[in-house]
Amino acid sequence: MATAAFPLETATTDSGSLRRVALDPLSRVEGHGKVTLLLDDAGQVQQARLHIVEFRGFEKFIQGRPYWEVPVMVQRLCGICPVSHHLAAAKALDHIVGADDLPPTAEKLRRLMHAGQILQSHALHFFHLSSPDLLFGFASDAARRNIVGIAAAHPEIARQGVLLRRFGQEIIRLTAGRRVHGTGAVPGGVNRALSRAERAQLLAEIDQVIAWSRQAVQLVKRLHAADPELYDEFGTSRSNLLSIVGAGGVLDFYDGRLRARDADGRLLADAVHVRNYAELISEEVKPWSYMKFPFLTAIGPQEGWYKVGPLARMQNCDAIATPLAEAERREFIAHGGGRVIHAPLAYHWARMIEMLHAAEAIKDLLHDDDLSGSELRSSGARHHEGIGVIEAPRGTLIHHYRVGDDDLVTMCNLIVSTTHNNQPMNEAVRRVAQRHLNGHELTEGLLNHIEVAIRCFDPCLSCATHALGKMPLQLELQDASGRVIGRQGSAPADLSSAAGST
Amino acid sequence: MNPPVGQRKLRLATTSLAGCFGCHMSLLDIDERLFELLDRVDLDRSPLTDIKRCGPCDIGLIEGGICNAENVHVLREFRQQCKVLIALGACAVNGGLPAQRNHLDLGQCLQEVYRTGPGIVGGQVPNDPELPLPLNQVHPVHEIVRIDYFIPGCPPSGDAIWKFLTDLLDGRTPRLGHPLLHFD
Ligand code: SF4
Repeated sequence: MATAAFPLETATTDSGSLRRVALDPLSRVEGHGKVTLLLDDAGQVQQARLHIVEFRGFEKFIQGRPYWEVPVMVQRLCGICPVSHHLAAAKALDHIVGADDLPPTAEKLRRLMHAGQILQSHALHFFHLSSPDLLFGFASDAARRNIVGIAAAHPEIARQGVLLRRFGQEIIRLTAGRRVHGTGAVPGGVNRALSRAERAQLLAEIDQVIAWSRQAVQLVKRLHAADPELYDEFGTSRSNLLSIVGAGGVLDFYDGRLRARDADGRLLADAVHVRNYAELISEEVKPWSYMKFPFLTAIGPQEGWYKVGPLARMQNCDAIATPLAEAERREFIAHGGGRVIHAPLAYHWARMIEMLHAAEAIKDLLHDDDLSGSELRSSGARHHEGIGVIEAPRGTLIHHYRVGDDDLVTMCNLIVSTTHNNQPMNEAVRRVAQRHLNGHELTEGLLNHIEVAIRCFDPCLSCATHALGKMPLQLELQDASGRVIGRQGSAPADLSSAAGST
Repeated sequence: MNPPVGQRKLRLATTSLAGCFGCHMSLLDIDERLFELLDRVDLDRSPLTDIKRCGPCDIGLIEGGICNAENVHVLREFRQQCKVLIALGACAVNGGLPAQRNHLDLGQCLQEVYRTGPGIVGGQVPNDPELPLPLNQVHPVHEIVRIDYFIPGCPPSGDAIWKFLTDLLDGRTPRLGHPLLHFD
């Protein structure tokens, strides 16, 4: 299959004659990435790339570990959505231990834990990281463009953001044992139930949380209404959509089957069992990023790339099971006027509707006495292979393991949410570069436009760095014209020179 | 709440090297106390601000160990600029989970992940000059620069970070009692 090439991905003029501008590190995103631009003498952008610059190495060192360690280990991929990794791994391992049907108490506790995760992560992303761009303006004073500035100018919004996140973290603490990197889910179930007192404690706050979530949706709608052209056009490019969808076509973060639509909303694949994900998706490698580029195999790398996350989920599902969020979903779909919404800034709108849905779902679950049940685990016939898929805050997350008779993991494959969005983010960067940067003097405020586009996707570049690697034995560093300027490096003897060369 | 007259606000910088951002999440887990903290310190370079290079600071928090040349560079920048430098969490203190890769045959792994792994098209090992040179081993931060304080935990709790920072800001020697150093 031919590899994909996109306009502005690679400069067509001799790159040695172009001026390089780097946004490094990216600010107010989670993780380690940078954007590089190459510009010609007329200030026209000839090349724009979002690079993931780090790798760590989970898929390999999971091999050889006992399977029951895995849910606790893999969440260290990402401290922002550890629960998603914790649960995706646990779901894959449920199958290994033959527990395809969990006791209701276990499944509902996991759903609660995950709803807490969605709520805290969406709140963090919107309020702490993105709201400064939206409330102050993309090119506003950089010194103020952060949560401190929001706290000064809009203290009530900042406070609600912090307290929404706090509530989600408390749900996680009470179900998983700790706020970050808990241990609540185990292969086949969970290890503790929620007491009645704990449920009452959370229920005392939930109506306030729902009210604030509603306000957050209204806030995003006001922003869209105030400048519809900007919000609809900024960084927009058409693509396919992918997510899992729950039984009956409802939005479901915890479980379901894979569904893909094309850029016009037509179904490309539906009700694909997650065990067949490998038939649906392939991944391309590009030399300039450690993050791979997934695409729908049937369509190919050039046209088969897709968006995941709130914007994809909101338009992939047929309904949301809670009333307030469903009403907001309908309004959102109506905004598209019969067309699929591809605008990156609409991610924030969909994200806040999801936060509202998570809050409503939490309330329903907290009223359910199953949460305080005593049957926490199940098991059955052993299998050697398990696949767990979940909708993490940023999109579809796939964990795939093989386990030997000796209980040790022999294979691990992970496709994390941000990786699915690799091509959409690169395209958004290129659209913004063309539309807003071309021919202008590149001020800090203009360059922030690029980061605004990336922040829409809420990339967790932290978990995008999971693939293990090492420099090749003969690694060369070349400058933009292809001249070799660097050499193989190794550590620790090389530490000092490596530092000097960057 | 402004600092007493004649006393300037302290500057705080934070960064994540080869870490998972969980330690930064724990910093945010001080919840509403975040506003109290931000009344007492100005943020310099941090994932929460748009400052991309660390200026002169009083306190630097480092999450994550060292896995590539870029990490070394940023760590040195922090050491130069920060009067007090703190290794925050297991990864910074001893390499943490990413250091699990230290005992593997990494050349082979790289081939597997980027060339021969399942479902890969156009397999090749990324080698663009924009990608920082990876190091063979993941290192704790104290192997590269002098570190003034170490806060263990994966991650340390929000309460532990709060206790540590308020001790420091109030001019006390930071002390985390047993309950804050008790894990799982
Ligand atoms: S110490 Fe733990 S929480 Fe902190 S960065 Fe490392 S893995 Fe993440």
